[in-house]
Amino acid sequence: MSSPMSTPGGKRGRPSNPSTRNEAATSPPAQRRRGQPSSNGDLPLMPTSPPTDMPDPLQDTSLFSSPPHLHHFLPSEVDMSSPLMYGTPSSRVDGTPRSGARGTPARQRPDLGSVRKSKQVDLQSEPSAADGAAAAEQPAGQRLVIWGTDVNVATCKEKFQRFLQRFIDPSSKEDENSCLDLNEPLYMQKLEEISIVGDPVLNINCGHVSSFDAELYRQLVCYPQEVIPTFDMAVNELFFERFPDSILEHQIQVRPYNALKTRNMRSLNPEDIDQLITISGMVIRTSQLIPEMQEAFFQCAVCAFSARVEVDRGRIAEPAVCRNCNTTHSLALIHNRSMFSDKQMVKIQESPEDMPAGQTPHTTVVYAHNDLVDKVQPGDRINITGIYRAVPMRVNPRQSNVKSVYKTHIDVIHFRKTDEKRLHGQDDENEQRLFTEARVQTLRELAAKPDVYDRLSSALAPSIYEHEDIKKGILLQLFGGTRKDFSQTGRGNFRAEVNILLCGDPGTSKSQLLQYVFNLVPRGQYTSGKGSSAVGLTAYIMKDPETRQTVLQTGALVLSDNGICCIDEFDKMSDSTRSVLHEVMEQQTLSIAKAGIICQLNARTSILAAANPVESQWNPKKTTIENIQLPHTLLSRFDLIFLMLDPQDEAYDRKLAHHLVSLYYQSEEQLEEENLDMAVLKDFIAYARSYIQPKLSEEAGQALIEAYVEMRKVGSGRGMVSAYPRQLESLIRLAEAHAKVRFSDKVETIDVEEAKRLHREALKQSATDPRTGFVDISILTTGMSATARKRKEEITAALKKMLQSRTKTPVMKFQQLFDDLRGQSETAITKDQFEEALKALCDEDYLTISGKTIRLAT
Amino acid sequence: MPSTNDWINNPLGVVEEMFGASQNSSDSGWEAKVTEFFRQRLMEKDAHTWVPSLNDVPLHYLKPNSLVKFRCLIQDMFDPEFYMGAYDTVDPSTKAKVLRCGKYKDVTECGVDLDSANMVTSERQTFYCVPIPGESPWVKESYASTCQARVVPSTSYVPSRQKRSYEDDDEDDMDTQPQAQGHAHNAAAEAQGNGDSKRQETEAPSGQKASSPPLDLNFPLPGEKGPACLVKVYADWDSFKLNDTMEVYGILSVSPALSALSDQSDTSSSLILDPAECMETAEELRVHSPPASLVPRLHLIHTQRLAHNNPLLPPAALEDSAASLASTLGEMVSVRAELLAYFTQLLLGDVLAAEYLLLHLISNVYARRDVIPLGKFTLNLSGCPATAGPAYTEQLYCALQQLVPSAYRLSMTLQNMNQLRLVPRKDYVANRLLSGALQLAANTSLYLDETQLEQGQLDPAGVRNITALGNVISWQKVDYDFNYHQMEFPSNINVLIASEGRSLLPSDCHVHLQPQVTPPNMEAYLGSALTAQSSSQLNKFRLYLTMARTLDYSISEEVTKAVEDDFVDMRKDDPQSISADDLHSLLGVARLLCLSLGQSALSTDAWSRAKHIETLRKSRSEPQGCLNGNEP
Repeated sequence: MSSPMSTPGGKRGRPSNPSTRNEAATSPPAQRRRGQPSSNGDLPLMPTSPPTDMPDPLQDTSLFSSPPHLHHFLPSEVDMSSPLMYGTPSSRVDGTPRSGARGTPARQRPDLGSVRKSKQVDLQSEPSAADGAAAAEQPAGQRLVIWGTDVNVATCKEKFQRFLQRFIDPSSKEDENSCLDLNEPLYMQKLEEISIVGDPVLNINCGHVSSFDAELYRQLVCYPQEVIPTFDMAVNELFFERFPDSILEHQIQVRPYNALKTRNMRSLNPEDIDQLITISGMVIRTSQLIPEMQEAFFQCAVCAFSARVEVDRGRIAEPAVCRNCNTTHSLALIHNRSMFSDKQMVKIQESPEDMPAGQTPHTTVVYAHNDLVDKVQPGDRINITGIYRAVPMRVNPRQSNVKSVYKTHIDVIHFRKTDEKRLHGQDDENEQRLFTEARVQTLRELAAKPDVYDRLSSALAPSIYEHEDIKKGILLQLFGGTRKDFSQTGRGNFRAEVNILLCGDPGTSKSQLLQYVFNLVPRGQYTSGKGSSAVGLTAYIMKDPETRQTVLQTGALVLSDNGICCIDEFDKMSDSTRSVLHEVMEQQTLSIAKAGIICQLNARTSILAAANPVESQWNPKKTTIENIQLPHTLLSRFDLIFLMLDPQDEAYDRKLAHHLVSLYYQSEEQLEEENLDMAVLKDFIAYARSYIQPKLSEEAGQALIEAYVEMRKVGSGRGMVSAYPRQLESLIRLAEAHAKVRFSDKVETIDVEEAKRLHREALKQSATDPRTGFVDISILTTGMSATARKRKEEITAALKKMLQSRTKTPVMKFQQLFDDLRGQSETAITKDQFEEALKALCDEDYLTISGKTIRLAT
Repeated sequence: MPSTNDWINNPLGVVEEMFGASQNSSDSGWEAKVTEFFRQRLMEKDAHTWVPSLNDVPLHYLKPNSLVKFRCLIQDMFDPEFYMGAYDTVDPSTKAKVLRCGKYKDVTECGVDLDSANMVTSERQTFYCVPIPGESPWVKESYASTCQARVVPSTSYVPSRQKRSYEDDDEDDMDTQPQAQGHAHNAAAEAQGNGDSKRQETEAPSGQKASSPPLDLNFPLPGEKGPACLVKVYADWDSFKLNDTMEVYGILSVSPALSALSDQSDTSSSLILDPAECMETAEELRVHSPPASLVPRLHLIHTQRLAHNNPLLPPAALEDSAASLASTLGEMVSVRAELLAYFTQLLLGDVLAAEYLLLHLISNVYARRDVIPLGKFTLNLSGCPATAGPAYTEQLYCALQQLVPSAYRLSMTLQNMNQLRLVPRKDYVANRLLSGALQLAANTSLYLDETQLEQGQLDPAGVRNITALGNVISWQKVDYDFNYHQMEFPSNINVLIASEGRSLLPSDCHVHLQPQVTPPNMEAYLGSALTAQSSSQLNKFRLYLTMARTLDYSISEEVTKAVEDDFVDMRKDDPQSISADDLHSLLGVARLLCLSLGQSALSTDAWSRAKHIETLRKSRSEPQGCLNGNEP
């Protein structure tokens, strides 16, 4: 008979159990396990087994119903798997490689479910003891190492326990450690947490292990399938020593993550087989849950004698003879009494950032087991830690040749979603890109150069000639300001993103600039005003074809969270579409209330928009508002509005021509020498965005105040206001961005100076009153310059006066009145102005207009 | 040293010999020696023409494990695979161990000792390659005729499939007289002896295949024929890029054991819970291990990158062979005049349009400045006579197809636009890149026939297709759809749009056709123009177009100065007349004009000529209206 010990406990089997076996052919340590299942059956019964023979059938029936009398058996079973079991040689090995033992030995209260499960697990640990490599080593004493490795179980265990007890990481930044005392041993606190929460999983950062004991780390990485079980043993001993009364569903499992060998999928090679690796990627497909047979249950058709056979390397040796009645070929497999474990296939693909250009992404198969099943969804970005496996193609006895190819996969030990924090995190700091030391060094060197600002701005879109200030503005936009949180004082977040509007003549390479920016930033979106709808920008609700559930599909603005959303042909966007931008551009959120989904999404995106003038050519005689016909509420949300005009100047033309001609004959190498590499620029920006958070210095604050006061003063002198608090905020953002360019943690006066200059330049271009030539911010804020407003009032007054003078004719013709007024006035009055004046009077209820006739109100 | 025939018919023998030698002398680097050996052999005077080509010899005529070549495009890249680089085999009777080499092979010898310490695991990469999409018939014929390898089919064998080699007279004969024993056997005839039995083997699964649904070979263009191939690359695979065109020399492997189907049939019988079984879906298996009779495996030994696909020129980069081509260079001006005359005839007597068509055909993206591709020249030929129906545009395409190495005509009917897959898409179920019509090799001519467009509604897919076409034209890039994200692949496609009015797609240059003649029977007129060209004349044209495209180009200091002055002067007169964009296109035209004349530097003459034809062209399109400056 097969050992009764191999009970359904396999259910909690260690994830990679079956595949280890499969892979046995290539990994020497596993070879000893080969003949085991057969010898299992021949083993004399374990001393503890007789009592279990009886409950066995009962347990099995309980799979279908749970008969109450089962309780009667419980005490004895509990006794059997009593604390005494713990620490005995047999339980020692329940940590052996891939042993099925996951039960917390004893220490249960008579909680039916867990008791039964753990007991089974516990029992099962015994036969598997014989199965383990470590067991082979046992009788020979502690000196020996696990076959094929240099791991000595006792030493390893001791080392790991020391690590758990002593490791302190005061510099820890990880969010999950946030509530822990950094000056206490980190993992002891985690064990305490386990004792309270009862989730028997201990995640270990390999980085910590490596810094504590490099040798231990090396062993962990090289022989994970021997070392991790040892860790399990160690941690359980420690845990139950310390919290003898705690109740766990099963023994604690150690899950290492962040093996320092974090690497790209592309760099995996045959040397990594059977090692602990961490790779990053994106989930593209998950399979259905696969029940994997751990143990087959056979029943004799003649005498109903049952036999259990463990799966060995994916095969089940069907017993040919019933050992009870000696009938041959009478045993039939009973599926619903066999034991299965959960397994899921997950396919991951290289993340697009990691890929060399011009190649397609690689994919890797990953197996998740037991509780890791269904932890990830397609589309998730994850880091997986696991053991890399290569399985030779099955040798088919009927085929003389075999394929010489191995199948590779990874058995997962730990999943970590990399984009999870974006949902609730304050910013993407955690999502730090890994920069090599050398890279950081070059970036720092570059930042230390006095002309770094100019260098970078000239490296931006080198094919576009001139427009230095615009490029500088875009550069600052790429860096962005510092994020500030005022939610405590009730104002929520301050916008840190810089918004820029480019407007100007067609053919001034606005689209090229947008394309360039879109290609430069990792999370950029490019849309065209004509082709986007409000839902395309925000989010829409869709019925998932498979699940029939409504799902929220995010649009361009949400997708470019923490990036830049480039909107071309901004002027051609419909008003309703544009209106969604109001919220995004100031509050940086997006509120959605549709199809029963009410939510607010983060849309911390910078907007880079390009607009063409209404009359296709820029009319210098008109204001920006008039030229592009955008609502001023929207315009005032742009920090910088640049005009891209044809300068129509000879020297400029000459330089432009030279620039263009050179494009056509310089070879690519020449071009690259001249300019900063796009990759360097990308890294520079990424580094500055994630590591540099400049704060305003005292002097800088003073300078900003002065600048603001000055701006207000300039306007107030002529009866207009030339600055609003929004402009001050813009200045602060720009100054911070400039400090980031210098990799400086402090905003200093020079940053403010540059911000002021750039802001003034942009203002000069866009908010200049074409009638007076002065900068007038009210063009942007009210849509009308102060002089225009004054003029309007004058005309209205004149018209009123004229009308009052001739009250005898209460009805008059439109055209006649217009001509009269023009004759009277010294300055030219346009028809528009006349109409505006009429409308103003109409609003005063002074007159009524019906068609072409004007009637004075009485 | 193996004889000449050995290395073509039995390349594995060479490999094994070198492998064996390396085991005794313990000097590594035998792998480098192997590739070097084959490279040397192929370098020898037209040795490469002795290697049979998968492109023009039906697969079942080829001897398994022989050296073959294949002219192809990398359509997809599969995941790297680990294989047994070296392993021990045990003879069951004598227990003697023999060390074997697993390189360049798919299947191991029998009796592999899986526990041997000598087992070496190595890595190789698999590329899914298809014949170059849209390859013109004349290119295929020309390659086939230069190939000197005569592979003689088994005489007792009547091919069941309709896959035919193109117009290979020799083989035609063979097929019509299958019993003709003793037919003139040549070079490869010795290979026959052992080839026969093996060939029978490889044919077996193909018959069985006929009953199951046909395998989608995933060609970029609909209606393409030819074998697809899984090319196994052993070294330096990072240097290959998607959509690269190349000629690969490798060892053909068509073992029936490779077929996914054969695997499946014998697993179902036994109670096996091999995790390797459920690792892939049925579709994935079908795609990644298709029957070897349909998709043979090729173990790459040597590659020849194709800078162009013109069989009339040596395949190597042009610099090497510049001397031999000097005479052609001298002729360029005269050939250009003849070609221009031919085009004028095709374009109903419109000389200007002919000139632009010529410039278009030699355009080539030669550099990219950040996002801007330089050298592209998309031509929109509007005013195509619509009364004649599709006949005109179709025949124009036929004429162009005769001149360029690869071309594709995309008829922009509403149905096509809504239903065709232009952009390649990743199919995660089968784990492969589903090809689309825009997955084209560099310098392919894409002919968009907009005269076919009728009124109606574009569905979302249609809008995406139009956007994709617009992206190709404006930025020379295609955003492949990877479902969760898009990935940008640069392209280099010459797009020609034939339309009635101005095209709805952007273009670099728009010429409105002004027919000088109105032949009563368009079809007959064009037909006669087409047939009037002798094949030697056509060859001259073909050579000319490829040559002109690959010439170097520069602008001297003086000319730069002159151009600058010119620009400044023009701006002075009327700033509206010329913008930076106009200068861009003017410089582009000037460059192409120079190249078309065989000049490698801009001359003032060419500059003024470029200005002249640009003015002519603009004066033409102005009455058509469309002054909306907002158009890109």
